[in-house]
Amino acid sequence: MTDRPQASTKALDGELLGRLDRRRPGLFVGSLASGALVLVFLYCWGYQIANGIGVTGINRPVFWGFYIINFVFWIGISHAGTLISAILRVTKAEWRRPVTRSAEAITLFALAIGGLFPLIHLGRVTIFYYMIPYPNSRMLWPNFRSPLVWDIAAITTYIIGSALYLFLPLIPDAAVMRDRAAAGLKKRFYAVLALGWRGTAQQWHSLEWGIRILAVAIIPVAVSVHTIVSWDFAMTQTPGWKSTIFGPYFVVGAIFSGIAVLMIAMALLRRGLALERFLTDRVFNNLGLLFVTMSLVWGYFTFAEHLTVWYSGDLFEKNVHHVLLHGDFAVPFWTMIVVNLVIPVAVLSFARGRRPLPTALVGCGVLVGMWLERFLIVVPALSTPRLAYSIGDYLPSWVELGIMIGAVGVFACLYFTFTQLLPIVSVWEMREGWRHAGSGGESGRTSEAAPASPAASPAPGGGAA
Amino acid sequence: MTRWGMAIDLDRCTGCEACVVACAAENNIQTVGEEQAREGRAMHWLRIERYYEGEFPNVRTRFMPVLCQQCGAAPCEPVCPVYATYRNPEGLNAMVYSRCIGTRFCANNCPYTVRVFNWFDAEFPAPLDSQLNPDVSVRPGGVMEKCTFCVQRIQAGKDEAAQEDRAVADGDVKTACQQSCPTKAIAFGDLDDPDSEVSRWAESPRAFSLLGDLDTRPGVVYLSGSEWREPAE
Repeated sequence: MTDRPQASTKALDGELLGRLDRRRPGLFVGSLASGALVLVFLYCWGYQIANGIGVTGINRPVFWGFYIINFVFWIGISHAGTLISAILRVTKAEWRRPVTRSAEAITLFALAIGGLFPLIHLGRVTIFYYMIPYPNSRMLWPNFRSPLVWDIAAITTYIIGSALYLFLPLIPDAAVMRDRAAAGLKKRFYAVLALGWRGTAQQWHSLEWGIRILAVAIIPVAVSVHTIVSWDFAMTQTPGWKSTIFGPYFVVGAIFSGIAVLMIAMALLRRGLALERFLTDRVFNNLGLLFVTMSLVWGYFTFAEHLTVWYSGDLFEKNVHHVLLHGDFAVPFWTMIVVNLVIPVAVLSFARGRRPLPTALVGCGVLVGMWLERFLIVVPALSTPRLAYSIGDYLPSWVELGIMIGAVGVFACLYFTFTQLLPIVSVWEMREGWRHAGSGGESGRTSEAAPASPAASPAPGGGAA
Repeated sequence: MTRWGMAIDLDRCTGCEACVVACAAENNIQTVGEEQAREGRAMHWLRIERYYEGEFPNVRTRFMPVLCQQCGAAPCEPVCPVYATYRNPEGLNAMVYSRCIGTRFCANNCPYTVRVFNWFDAEFPAPLDSQLNPDVSVRPGGVMEKCTFCVQRIQAGKDEAAQEDRAVADGDVKTACQQSCPTKAIAFGDLDDPDSEVSRWAESPRAFSLLGDLDTRPGVVYLSGSEWREPAE
């Protein structure tokens, strides 16, 4: 650990970092388009705050709509990163190295957006802080029995944890950027991020321990976050929501959608930044296997959930179940089954399907399917209340659609900015991986031609699933 | 201790909706207009549910006034993150409007779907503003509300009794819906007082709780002589 690679890896550093310096028209157009969407997001939210939450399509009995669906969706996406990268780090899967950074960035940004949605959803967002336990003259506390308060605790913990988890492994890379940058604003920016990193043995030791501790600690946090999100539903007595399986079901769904977005991001990065050498076919193959596994697990949970509801014969539960499988929501329901289960299994079961383009396309489908899943959890249950007199309907308004699309833009904007400012592939971890592979930089260089060669590490990827 | 409760005799209810109008007038409930009502945003704290039995032409309509059941074990209370809804010592399921941030979690967890939400700020264009009840606050937009059992009338009844240096007697407090009911289908009073009208009604063999097997322990008791089948479709 103490004898860090020196001159032999300069070439690698240069190659990875060189990509950042190059201006790319695609990236520029992307930034511009996402910037426009950020404005759409801000306009719609501002319009809603100015005019009242009534500008949405929600009503009685469907009190929760697109905002809650998107909240669950984005928190689900956030499981792309920290959880997956932490599991891969803990299990020492070698092929994690080019993936972790982009995954962790997805986590942080998706979480920031997901965390905004419950606020957008509030009737009176200006006093959202009533939910936070802060000292006040009236000695009023939030209600700790409410799953929403648990949500705040869980998501805050997760945001802080994943920000640290993104930041720690970034320090050595920020130092490299600092050393390469010409004096000026840019250099100062990287200097702040690098926290005075000098690359001493002591610093490497501390960093590695920090990452190791965080990687282990973040896994239960990530699991708890989506479990608690599920409890927003499962803790109620609303037919269609009260379910003991929701905790693990949501966690599985979150990891599933997380991998989907990771597959898309990696395929885009590989093309956009010409990273074929680092994001090899083998990485896509391994992630594809994990992906299809999650698809099957998700399918199993879905089956178990619906079978028990159907078998119970509970009148109110069956009403919800009926509109889902045969009624107004049958089309989205069966679409979800196709894109989340049928297509992933059909494509990813074969080695030819586990390549960048097909996995990314399957990932797009899964994103749609997982969004539909959240829609199908929130809306049918609410629109089918116990007292049949109140049966309702829900259609989103343009404000809700604008905020939903705008949120995608906010995410893309953050991601583009990050990619342009900092190495999206962890330089020092790649370097370390090549050393672990045994023959220095050379084996890495040939990895494209012979994908198996960096696999000198024991059981590569074996512990992933 | 007083435990306010209500009994509604469904066999007497004619579905005239006088109670609905009285409630809206008493409690400054905003009138949302045709368009909003069509979107499912009518704000009645009390509604008459209609259920039809039989095949045309032999159809029978059942009326059922549904309002906040003031549950003893209310599903809406624990889910509120800010304690905007809580159970007060007199058995009321109370709302603190100024505390409500509008998560609408309570409404989702209400098995009776009786909570209503202010989607916009209330508007009372003249001359409607001159008939506002000064004892009831007008709720701002983004806030949840529901039947309060006319808590302002309860307060007035207690004040009056205190001035006359006596306890609140049965019949001192009448809710707006009770007062306006032409068939006297609604009784209101102290459920802990065995001699009160509402207690005697609640003792009736015709009494039942709405969705009773959820064990929300409602403060509203329904009376029905013929077999009441749970409304379902």
